[in-house]
Amino acid sequence: MKVINISQQNFNLVNESDKPVLIDFYADWCGPCRMVSPLIEQIAEENPQYLVCKINVDDEPELASRFGIASIPTLVTMKDGIIKNRSTGAKPKPQILALLED
Amino acid sequence: MEHIYDILIIGGGPAGYSAALYAARAGLDTLLTEKMSAGGQMTLTGDIDNYPGFENGIDGFTLGMKMQQGAERFGAKTEYAEVTAVELNGRIKRIDTTSGSFSARSVIIAAGANPRRLGIDGETELTGQGVHYCAHCDGRFYKGRTVVVVGGGNSAAADALYLSRLAAKVYVVHRRDKLRAEKIYHEPLFKADNIEFIWNSTVSEFILADKLTGVKLKSTIDNAESTLPCDAVFVSIGRKPASEIFSDAIKLDENGYIIADESTKTNLDGVYAAGDIRTKSLRQVVTAVSDGAAAVHHAQEYLAEL
Repeated sequence: MKVINISQQNFNLVNESDKPVLIDFYADWCGPCRMVSPLIEQIAEENPQYLVCKINVDDEPELASRFGIASIPTLVTMKDGIIKNRSTGAKPKPQILALLED
Repeated sequence: MEHIYDILIIGGGPAGYSAALYAARAGLDTLLTEKMSAGGQMTLTGDIDNYPGFENGIDGFTLGMKMQQGAERFGAKTEYAEVTAVELNGRIKRIDTTSGSFSARSVIIAAGANPRRLGIDGETELTGQGVHYCAHCDGRFYKGRTVVVVGGGNSAAADALYLSRLAAKVYVVHRRDKLRAEKIYHEPLFKADNIEFIWNSTVSEFILADKLTGVKLKSTIDNAESTLPCDAVFVSIGRKPASEIFSDAIKLDENGYIIADESTKTNLDGVYAAGDIRTKSLRQVVTAVSDGAAAVHHAQEYLAEL
């Protein structure tokens, strides 16, 4: 699967997902975000059992503030519309996957 | 038969990819391990203006990618994996990683350094929620707010200047009575009307309501305590070398840096330390890439005598 770009318009995809959700809050100008984004893409490709999304904090400030994002990249995992885990800063792939497994 | 590389490089920052370029270009069978993606600490900064060849500056992430591509052009390979254990004694060195074990005749340790933490209660929980280590990444979440920069070196100075363009007020808390940062930073810092310096002080405590609301400061002169309200703390008090995993085999100095001179040779034959992880006086992108070249030069001599 591909990484899905989430905006306010299609945020229902996150809330209504049957699968566990991984959201990458990022910005284009943020170096650590750019380090993480290829890992997020790999996770999406390799794990069809997850819904993998990204939210651009510049384009979606309201979603960013709804999640209390004050640092990027922030990775948030959700299940049934409820936040399970969150982690800030660039992390290696196994650590990102672990956020989904807890 | 297990594959044995000529050179295994740990870390994909400027030192690592410089070493990979020199090694691959010299025809050595070269593998580099990187836990995330190329660039290392360079990606935490905005534009890098003091790496020659880029007259308009270049952002750290792009420079990292270019360094990686430059090495891969000559056949260097990158394995995205975190090193979990090393066996560096003996003629065949062995590295265990999150994606398997690798063997090589020589090893260049270019694992770099991570931002040093204050070491105060609550720091881990507040990271990304009031306590930050990347002003360039997180500064804009504090537009119009009050922020504290802790530190007095080049990174702290650059962070304070960057944040002064976003925040309403920037306090720079430094444990000495003058900056360690280079002169080029001094004038713009002292000129900025929203930057205030708090000398001879350290942050001793985070003050919390439901979020960070301030910090307690402690004087380095008389231990007097005071309170400074703020919305965020940007920590820029230097770096901690990523050397723990090597500490059993390799000699470190009291700060955790791998002891090696300009030759990059460590206490073990065939093992070299390049970039920020090595004992040296100036830690910059240019000195890291220089180390990468030196390490390969000496590794080649070593390999020729095996």
